[in-house]
Amino acid sequence: MKYEIIVVGGGHAGCEASLACARKNHQTLLITGNINNIADMPCNPSIGGSAKGIVVREIDALGGEMGKNADKAQIQIKMLNYKKGPAVQALRAQADKITYPKEMLKTLKSTKNLEIKEAMVEDLIVSDNKIKGVILSNGEKIYCDALILTTGTYLKADILVGNTRRREGPHGEKPSNYLSDNLKKLGFKIKRLKTGTPQRIAKDSIDFEKTKIEYGDDTYHTFSFDDKPNYKIEDQIPCHLVYTNALTHKIIRDNLSKSSMYGGLDDIEGVGPRYCPSIEDKVVRFADKEKHQLFLEPESLYYDDIYIQGFSTSMPHDIQEEMVHSIVGLEHAKILKYAYAIEYDAIYPTQLKRSLETKIIENLFTAGQINGTSGYEEAACQGLIAGINASLKLEGKEPLILKRNEAYIGVLIDDLVSKGIKDPYRLLTSRAEYRLLLRHDNADLRLREHGYQVGLIDEERYQKYLDKIKDIEKLKEELKITKLKPTEEVNNYLISLSSAPLKDGISLYDLLKRTEINFENIEKYFKFDYDDEIKEEVLIQIKYEGYIKKANAEALKMIKLENQKIPDDIDYQKIRNIASEARQKLEEVRPESIGQAIRISGVNPTDISILSVYIKKEYRNEQR
Amino acid sequence: MDTTIAAISTSLSPSSISIIRVSGKDAISITNKIFKGKDLDKVKSHTINYGYIVDNDEIVDEVLVSVMRAPKTFTMEDVTEINCHGGIIPTKRVLELLYLNGCVPAEPGEFTKRAFLNGRIDLLEAESVMDLIEAKTDEMGAIAINQLSGQVSNMIKELRNEVMDVLANIEVNIDYPEYDDIEQITNKKVFDKLNNIKDKIEIILKNSENGQLYKTGIKTAIIGKPNVGKSSLLNNLLEEEKAIVTDIEGTTRDIVEGQINLNGVILNLIDTAGIRKTNDIIEEIGVNKSIKMIEEADLILYLLNNNEEITENDIKLINEIKNKNHIIIINKIDLENKLNIDNLNLDNVIKISIKENTGIDDLKNKIIELFNLNKITNKDMKYLTNARSISLLRQSLDIVNEILSNNYEDVLIDMLEIDIKSLWEKLGSIIGETYDDELIDQIFSRFCLGK
Repeated sequence: MKYEIIVVGGGHAGCEASLACARKNHQTLLITGNINNIADMPCNPSIGGSAKGIVVREIDALGGEMGKNADKAQIQIKMLNYKKGPAVQALRAQADKITYPKEMLKTLKSTKNLEIKEAMVEDLIVSDNKIKGVILSNGEKIYCDALILTTGTYLKADILVGNTRRREGPHGEKPSNYLSDNLKKLGFKIKRLKTGTPQRIAKDSIDFEKTKIEYGDDTYHTFSFDDKPNYKIEDQIPCHLVYTNALTHKIIRDNLSKSSMYGGLDDIEGVGPRYCPSIEDKVVRFADKEKHQLFLEPESLYYDDIYIQGFSTSMPHDIQEEMVHSIVGLEHAKILKYAYAIEYDAIYPTQLKRSLETKIIENLFTAGQINGTSGYEEAACQGLIAGINASLKLEGKEPLILKRNEAYIGVLIDDLVSKGIKDPYRLLTSRAEYRLLLRHDNADLRLREHGYQVGLIDEERYQKYLDKIKDIEKLKEELKITKLKPTEEVNNYLISLSSAPLKDGISLYDLLKRTEINFENIEKYFKFDYDDEIKEEVLIQIKYEGYIKKANAEALKMIKLENQKIPDDIDYQKIRNIASEARQKLEEVRPESIGQAIRISGVNPTDISILSVYIKKEYRNEQR
Repeated sequence: MDTTIAAISTSLSPSSISIIRVSGKDAISITNKIFKGKDLDKVKSHTINYGYIVDNDEIVDEVLVSVMRAPKTFTMEDVTEINCHGGIIPTKRVLELLYLNGCVPAEPGEFTKRAFLNGRIDLLEAESVMDLIEAKTDEMGAIAINQLSGQVSNMIKELRNEVMDVLANIEVNIDYPEYDDIEQITNKKVFDKLNNIKDKIEIILKNSENGQLYKTGIKTAIIGKPNVGKSSLLNNLLEEEKAIVTDIEGTTRDIVEGQINLNGVILNLIDTAGIRKTNDIIEEIGVNKSIKMIEEADLILYLLNNNEEITENDIKLINEIKNKNHIIIINKIDLENKLNIDNLNLDNVIKISIKENTGIDDLKNKIIELFNLNKITNKDMKYLTNARSISLLRQSLDIVNEILSNNYEDVLIDMLEIDIKSLWEKLGSIIGETYDDELIDQIFSRFCLGK
């Protein structure tokens, strides 16, 4: 058996990777441990969120599937940070845990060039440091030209509850026991990580009277640029808010030693995610907080499990009972699934190129939690990029590498390969230096061209994008030449909006720069026949013009440093004056440019100065 | 940095001692080759060794050689310092011998560059080495040393930490929008904190301006009509304070006639070259030229004759200096008073007689008072003394002011954050914590040969 590309793992990374390869006309095989677990959502029942929501838009702009699938599966959707400015707004949807995987499987099955096989991969076939195929647990060999590993949390997965450790994956699935050892034999450095998930409780056992209700937005949203909303606002399912209290905290503190992570188990190596802490961590680290928020989120329309977001723990079952029942509104809650922590193997992502190809094995790509990230969206976007780049590699083309000022995806991958990880990596808006450029609204303007160039965006969608650009420019032009005259009526209207009256005529373009003026205000005088989407985009571009210029100037500085390339064959041992920690890090990452080197933690500006002096002077001398 | 560098690190003048500094892995063995005395390869680190520099058997100079082994040296390399006693010609010959035996001439600023590149000093410290070399008074040296020891870096670091706190708070609120248990940092709070930071930057800048006086000195112009005693005053001040240098060309096109050390601050007497030659300055170059001099000076000493009536030109020029640091000096109080200035409402008036040498101390005290020189103590000199740092701090202040010029209710927090982040980076560039390629080249090209 031989395929062009094999993808191992059918989670969010694996789905995007295999779809991208197959859509780019490569014979693709997706191998999964359980076909019913494709695109499973083992943790929170939501897609998107701060920064993550923008990643979903980016995936969609590039021609990936997550946005479309989330639109099909969402049961509530809202725009976060609506009041904090356009650069940090992001969509988050509650996604139905039955519909989401079902729809994704449907899409996979209907995609040409894509086959799905249920099996466990145990080893890789490698010759001359080049990937040749995989060996299944039954000994069967399947050959390929490129391989993408998206194994999620399944590598040597251990479920931890209280003082127990069980070798199994999420939902009691079979873990992969041999693959990570075999990766180690091939020369990969392996790291143990840990993550956790909270309890699920029965809907009809919750006293909703005592909770605060949280609705979705009353305006329509879609993740995908190509979808029209196909839901009704009034059909959206609300979430509910409850709080921990002094009693909850006392129970946690009194039983801390029973938690797997706090002494219940003494053989834990895995490092948990800092930005998604367990409730034990929160109570210990923020001891002065009297309460913590917990969101009750519905998992599906088809069953009654309610997810307690914010309550992840590795306490034994009896303590979990006490903890849940201490919460107002959950006094009689019935726990359907207990919370657990999961420990698993990942590879150090500094062993990857920015294309997500591994440095030591040619045509081997990795994506998702195996690279040390956390979260569905982080996984999916890596899967997409790995799929695109594995295909491009086979086509003999340059890889698609997104820059930090181009996409959150670029930020994520650059962080992984340059900085490495200590704990599971979660994307945060604060990780993006140029986030004013990386907005929710302009993901298509940033990335659709790339999607078209790599062949994942068809002519029709591409034309729609070109039309959008044209409309934006046209509308901006019209606003520049249309002037509002300072009549008494106009000035009275402006004053009523707490806006300064006019002395001379003003272009609508300049008027829109005023914080308090919006499109509907100027449309009192002039009508513009454009889609709301176009108006919104133009409004953002006008209102934040100054800031956008600043961000672009900053990005340009970064690009200048990115263009200062570090020679491939540089020998860091020869640069005797850099600090030893910096030398070790540079050796490990082998950055492509000064720009990338600056971002490596442990490499100081002084080390960079020495490095650049060395490249400018001594390295060149040695070459002569 | 495989080479061993050597240069004369004292100014090459007929002074009694010149020091040649050698740094690099062969510093000690090369020096040893031309040294007659103890075997320098075997002496302890940080010792001073007496002996001769020899060319074959010929004695070139009688010297003291300090041997300092890496890493506890200025460059973190092996260093020797040869104290030569024989004047210019032997010193040059010692240097040539070092070159013949394997040393290479140090590029401008190369010793400091090595210290920086070897991680011995940070960027701000590297700059202050420059200031130390150029220091002409003890007080100037004290500020430079202060900067070298990292005190100023710490001060900027503190400011940066405060900015970072604001940033961290904003970012947490953006990343965890629904967690109401994290402090919601409202724009109002951000503005309050920035106002606080602004005050601190302003204080440092104000202090730095005074600190700058130590470095550049106070440009002082002596103005007055002919025969009022300008040259006598100049000579009196110079003689008594012993002029440090004469006829040196300043950084501007001004001719500095002389320099006076007043409480550790240099008074540069500018553009007074004509005074001694013609005695006719106002007539010759006219009122307009005097006005130009007034514009350029930091301090104007305006001389009036007690024995004559005030002229139209005097009144015109005195009007020009009102808004600048100025002292009106009434000379010749030993003669009869014919000058009537009571109705002019003048301040900073000092009465002197150069002939009888009275009132000169009052004049000096007035200058000290005008520039707060007695308040500048070198014990707590937490300010920046070089133009680059000050200009960067000023740019930081501009950023803060730009943010604060907005109405805090109108700006969006994520826009604010862009400016606050650039503030953080600007502060970082003062202490070299923000990498800047061009800056590094620029700074090193400033360093003089030898250090």
